[in-house]
Amino acid sequence: MEHILSILIFFPAFAAVLGFLVAKNSIRTYAITVTTIEFILSCYLWMNFDNTNAGMQFTEFIPLISQYGISYNLGIDGISLFLVLMTTFMTMISLIGLTEKRDLKHLVITVLFLEMTMVGVFLALDVILFYVFWELSLVPMLYIVGAWGGKRRIYAAVKFFLYTFTGSLVMLVGMLYLGYVYFQATGNWSFSLMDWNMLILPIDMQMWLFAAFFLGFAIKVPMVPFHTWLPYAHGQAPTIGSVILAAILLKMGTYGFIRFSLPLFPDASVSFMIPMAILAIIAIIYTGMVAYAQEDIKQVIAYSSVSHMGVIILGIFALNVEGIGGSIFLMVSHGIVSGALFILVGVIYDRTGTKMMNEFGGLAKVMPMYATVFGIMLMASVGLPLTIGFVGEFLSLLGFFAVSPLLTGLAGMTIILGAVYMLVLYKKTFYGPITNPINEKLKDLSGREISALIPLVFLVVYLGVHPKPILEPVDNSVKQLVQVMYLKSVEPTSKATIASVNSIGEMK
Amino acid sequence: MIEPISISLEELNIPTLLPMMVAIIGALVILCIDLAVKNLHKSLYVMLTILVLIIDLGTVIGYSGMTRGFFDVMLVDGIAVLTQIIILISSALFVLLTLSQQRFHEYKYPEYFALFLFMVAGFQFMVASDNLILIFVGLETASLALYTLIAMHNRDKSTEAAIKYFTMGALAAAFIAFGSMIFYALTGSIELGQISASLVANDFANYPFILLGVVFILGGLGFKLSLVPFHTWAPDVYEGSNSALAGYMSIVPKIATFVVALRFFEIFISVENRWVEVILYIIVVLTMTIPNMAALVQKDVKRMLAFSSISHAGFVMGAILVGTSQATEGLFLYWILFAFTNFGAFAMLWINRSKNSYGYSTDHPFEKFAGFVKISPVGAVIMGLFMLSLAGIPPFSLFWGKMFLLSATINADYIILALIMALNSAIAAYYYLKLIVYMFLKDAEQNNFVKFMENSSNSTKTLVGITVFLTISTVIYIDPLLEVISTYVQISGY
Repeated sequence: MEHILSILIFFPAFAAVLGFLVAKNSIRTYAITVTTIEFILSCYLWMNFDNTNAGMQFTEFIPLISQYGISYNLGIDGISLFLVLMTTFMTMISLIGLTEKRDLKHLVITVLFLEMTMVGVFLALDVILFYVFWELSLVPMLYIVGAWGGKRRIYAAVKFFLYTFTGSLVMLVGMLYLGYVYFQATGNWSFSLMDWNMLILPIDMQMWLFAAFFLGFAIKVPMVPFHTWLPYAHGQAPTIGSVILAAILLKMGTYGFIRFSLPLFPDASVSFMIPMAILAIIAIIYTGMVAYAQEDIKQVIAYSSVSHMGVIILGIFALNVEGIGGSIFLMVSHGIVSGALFILVGVIYDRTGTKMMNEFGGLAKVMPMYATVFGIMLMASVGLPLTIGFVGEFLSLLGFFAVSPLLTGLAGMTIILGAVYMLVLYKKTFYGPITNPINEKLKDLSGREISALIPLVFLVVYLGVHPKPILEPVDNSVKQLVQVMYLKSVEPTSKATIASVNSIGEMK
Repeated sequence: MIEPISISLEELNIPTLLPMMVAIIGALVILCIDLAVKNLHKSLYVMLTILVLIIDLGTVIGYSGMTRGFFDVMLVDGIAVLTQIIILISSALFVLLTLSQQRFHEYKYPEYFALFLFMVAGFQFMVASDNLILIFVGLETASLALYTLIAMHNRDKSTEAAIKYFTMGALAAAFIAFGSMIFYALTGSIELGQISASLVANDFANYPFILLGVVFILGGLGFKLSLVPFHTWAPDVYEGSNSALAGYMSIVPKIATFVVALRFFEIFISVENRWVEVILYIIVVLTMTIPNMAALVQKDVKRMLAFSSISHAGFVMGAILVGTSQATEGLFLYWILFAFTNFGAFAMLWINRSKNSYGYSTDHPFEKFAGFVKISPVGAVIMGLFMLSLAGIPPFSLFWGKMFLLSATINADYIILALIMALNSAIAAYYYLKLIVYMFLKDAEQNNFVKFMENSSNSTKTLVGITVFLTISTVIYIDPLLEVISTYVQISGY
């Protein structure tokens, strides 16, 4: 299949357009079928993926604006492969677990369009194409949060949109500038990332461009101090919106750092290692504490997302194979775990109309199955060994240990803080006497919810015990990435830093 | 005794006048038909106007390369041809909008269409000349016709708008005349090419006077382009005129004036005249920013769009400031794409125009559109699409224009200006979103019996369909479009 990547991108969009013609009562099944096919297609891609090849595979190239080197350029490597798989998988799961009744057709079609943009972001190799999908993803999310959300949904949706839009416009200026620099250096226009990767930039230019790209990515991740839109968006979004936002949309930011910032601006990345790590650690500790103080279960998970994204950033800016590889693994695992947690919150919200902790208590007696699944996800979120959360977190921290043991020690608070706020949450909601008599009659998980959650539980355990299927292809591409960074860096000190942080496991 | 003037017919090069003559004769024909047969339906005049515009377009496309004619006052170069094409196509699209469902006062008069053609001829004269007098005459012909067209809408606000526009326009005309006079006094010529040569030869002697002339001309053109601080008339005039005409006014008169501004400021930008650049820089930044802020607080969609189109004009004025050939290409690309999108947006307002005010104080308050998606999903999606495009969300049309212009700005090392542009786009996104929020996210108000799409007819729907298609599919046709633009721009040497 030569055009498998294009098919992956446009199949959901095409299905969404046809979805207008499907009757309202059948639209759910239609959407689940479409996303399942999409997931199978992405699995097919994985089967045909050459694990030994570290470069781009299945590339496609069609010039769009030949005069200025803007093209339709796609490709996939070990870094993006699992993000694409996670995207198609989580979209499918979120639609299976969908319980929304209002305007179901509009919602489902919007989700399908959103899937197109998300897959597109991870596959685009042309910078302008990347930007197109990146911005376009805001629109469906705006609609999902704004139309199906809670009371302050419009405020939350507009805040989300404007925040990210502003950041990305600055990034666009950076991209266009870099395109111009490429033109000056080579005499040709090109916005292809592969071409840009050949470009060696002077250090001060790297700094400015790093800052421009940083603004776009950091707001999306979100990193402290740009995280304030996220709790609102999560707090107001419907379950499916939160699942997709936490599982996939946030990963676009961290993916951007790996795909663009590191190889394009290696020296700047080296000089920003410690500042980025400090921001990440502030995120880990501060939002971890904020999460502890929340009354709303969903807010706890929203803040824990910010906290975990901090660990991912930390892993990326370790600039070594372990750290970056671990952060990619953590992106996938956080996608699965946080998605599952938001679905679980949605379950009790559907039943009781509230998600405040003090309304619950003793749920373990009434809903044993629910409590079990929640417990497993909680452990994965905390990062218990033999769950999916452990591998990524451990590797990211291990990677950064080579940079600074002290900062890594501080970042290790994530496990302690995570355990504190999650276990307190679990204690308050599931143990003790049933405080609220209404809760005595709550039904346990329904068949639909089980079928959405069981695959997630399976993955949490399976990949926790046996992470190799993901780590291996990731490893190859990351090794190449680090090599590119090493070769492209202009300052000898940055070369030395990259070399020294990449010496884990070597004989001293 | 006056010497007899002997000029051969070939030297006059009468064909350069042909496009304008077509429009003028067409207008006269419409008037004659009205004299002969009374009470004809407006559709006849609409179709006649379109036919005239098509013939006009044919004569325009016939030209290629530089042609001067008619005592050297006509200058038909690449950008003149390109701009006339834009003017004629936009005009033809506009005329289609008059075939609306509801009957409006002004379309009963055939004079409306005659005036319209006179106005088109005026704009054509403006762009196809580098003679300040002819530019002035063209500008006035067009403007006087336009004032009348606004006033014919026959509501209190329209008369107010027309008078306001007329007074402001008269002042602007005086400014241009005065500015031209200063340049004539300084250089002894009213042709931009010779003014430029003479100024450069004297190394910009009498600089204060030159600056004074620049300020007057800038003031005059600024009124027409609604640049800050000469923009105050725009929202009121847009509100007073009918939506279709407001859409037209936000596009065609401006592109014509942009070309004049381009020809005029080229004299100074090409030699990097510092103070003129500073003045322009300030005006560009103000024009982008201030209307953006004003648009945030508007309660009526039409006024919001009026402010937004001022801000877009500021963007494009930036291209003139940058002055590279890529920027000039960007100017045309931006304006063509903006024309489709903005036209579509105003056409949607026009389609939703109703004779019943439903108790609102203006025609198109935001509240009126609450819950639009529940009542007419297609209408809401189309309107939303235009808003997204205006906000510069890829891959819709205006994103490409914005990207191209930003790129041109960056390539000319105006990084700060590019950042200001980017941040302004972010601010602008808020007010475009506001309409989307009303249409998609809010429920209709209680006791709201607003009927949507009341004014739609097949021809207006077709027009909206065309603009929607052009807005979505930009990515497909942008490459050939750019090629056409760059050929035309390059043969005229900008």
